[in-house]
Amino acid sequence: MTTHPSPAVIARYADPGTDLDEVTAWSVEVHLEDCAACRARLGGRDDLLERVAAGVAAGIAAGPAPMRHRRLRNRWLVWHMVPWLIMSVSVLACAVLLQAAQPSVPLVSLLAPVAPLPGVAMAWSRRHDPAWELISATPKAGLAMLLRRTAAVLGVIIPALALASTRTGVSLAVTLLPCLAFCAATIVLGAFVGVYRAAVGLGAAWVLAVVVPAIVTVHTPVVLGPGSALVWALLTLVLGVLAATRATNFRRLSSHN
Amino acid sequence: MRTVSAAETAPTTYAWAVEAAGLHVKAGRHLAVDGLDLRLGTGVHALLGPNGAGKTTLMRALATVIKPAGGTLTLLGEAVDGRADLRRVRRGLGYLPQQFGFYPRFTVREFVEYMAWLKEMPKAEIPGAVQRAVDRVGLAAKANARMKTLSGGMLRRAGIAQAIVNDPAVLLLDEPTVGLDPEQRLDFRELLRDVGVDSCVLVSTHLVEDVVAACTDVVVMNEGRLVFDGPVDQMIEQGGEGDAGDSAAERGYSALVRRHRKATR
Repeated sequence: MTTHPSPAVIARYADPGTDLDEVTAWSVEVHLEDCAACRARLGGRDDLLERVAAGVAAGIAAGPAPMRHRRLRNRWLVWHMVPWLIMSVSVLACAVLLQAAQPSVPLVSLLAPVAPLPGVAMAWSRRHDPAWELISATPKAGLAMLLRRTAAVLGVIIPALALASTRTGVSLAVTLLPCLAFCAATIVLGAFVGVYRAAVGLGAAWVLAVVVPAIVTVHTPVVLGPGSALVWALLTLVLGVLAATRATNFRRLSSHN
Repeated sequence: MRTVSAAETAPTTYAWAVEAAGLHVKAGRHLAVDGLDLRLGTGVHALLGPNGAGKTTLMRALATVIKPAGGTLTLLGEAVDGRADLRRVRRGLGYLPQQFGFYPRFTVREFVEYMAWLKEMPKAEIPGAVQRAVDRVGLAAKANARMKTLSGGMLRRAGIAQAIVNDPAVLLLDEPTVGLDPEQRLDFRELLRDVGVDSCVLVSTHLVEDVVAACTDVVVMNEGRLVFDGPVDQMIEQGGEGDAGDSAAERGYSALVRRHRKATR
């Protein structure tokens, strides 16, 4: 730190009547910004600092109240996904009722893999996200954003599925693990053909290959049998790792999204 | 007043904020930008051209929304074609699309805040920057109104606010003056001149009078190709008595486009 200016110079700085040259005035001012001792000497001369402080406080009190800081809730869930989530949850509720009436068809676990797909399809879609063009030009756009929105979808679907499976007495693992596996599969396939197409394709394949035969034959399919939980868990893990390696494919919204 | 960080005053390591060489960009199957060479530095540049000239497609490519089909594109000294990591470049971008969608339930402040967060601005800076951006476009009184209650001109201004919220080094505005009343357009020109002092601004428009009033340079496109790139005065000089248009600048523009059409036919 430089040497302190002499009390005489400080007195001349504070007195508007004297002609302190500009260079000295600036050097005193810069020194005063950092040196509390000299400031005290300056403040002792008159009540300038108190008057300024009182003025600022009065100004703050008279002015508008500061904006209350709210955490942005919308980062997780974007409103255009809400109708699709409501639809998925209602379909699950219907499945619970139907299964209660006809317990031989495990409708809840049959629908569990496809339950999150409508929401995931909406999460990264040019046709359904109104702000897609704005968002796809920002640095946050990409796999991380898709995962965040998928997590928001799962945050609604998983509790609904858990509730449905306890109501109907189906194994929780055979309900939730296929759900997660299909989410991961949608993201992996979506890296190549677009998330929307991937969701539609996987959903249609599951319904045609598993759900329809199971309803027609009134029989629990092998893929949802009691021993299948381990296979689903491994599949989820593998697909999750695959999805993480395809991050570069999500940097831009391509025309097939 | 705000503190200027060392990063802001550091010299740039690139010659041009936007540099394109032989750029090809497709809109669907159609080649909308066909071998464009363009270099833009600091200042306000206008992008003029007839409908279907490829202006919006060029804007989208510059905003890193769509991948160029060929050629090289460098923004802020980093290549953005192919599989490059775009995060750093995108942090320095501001973009207002021609038709911009929004979430109708967001308030103006929430919308601009959300965009600031998407642009990875430091958390502590966001509330101040949002207020400043909303103030600059004259929407402070409507900051807490929901987006769905805004008029067309106000929506446009909210769009401009989200584009400038991160003090972008490259600002791309696609038809920003649509729906603005004459007084707002004057304010907007003022804003353009202000931002153009230290950023590269590219404004796509059909209004030649806005170009003369607020822009330093003009880029004229036709059928995906560059017709003219130079100062506004030079474009005005191109026009003669016989050309269509009510002002010298309009005559200059129509002369350039007419000559290009004749040459390509």
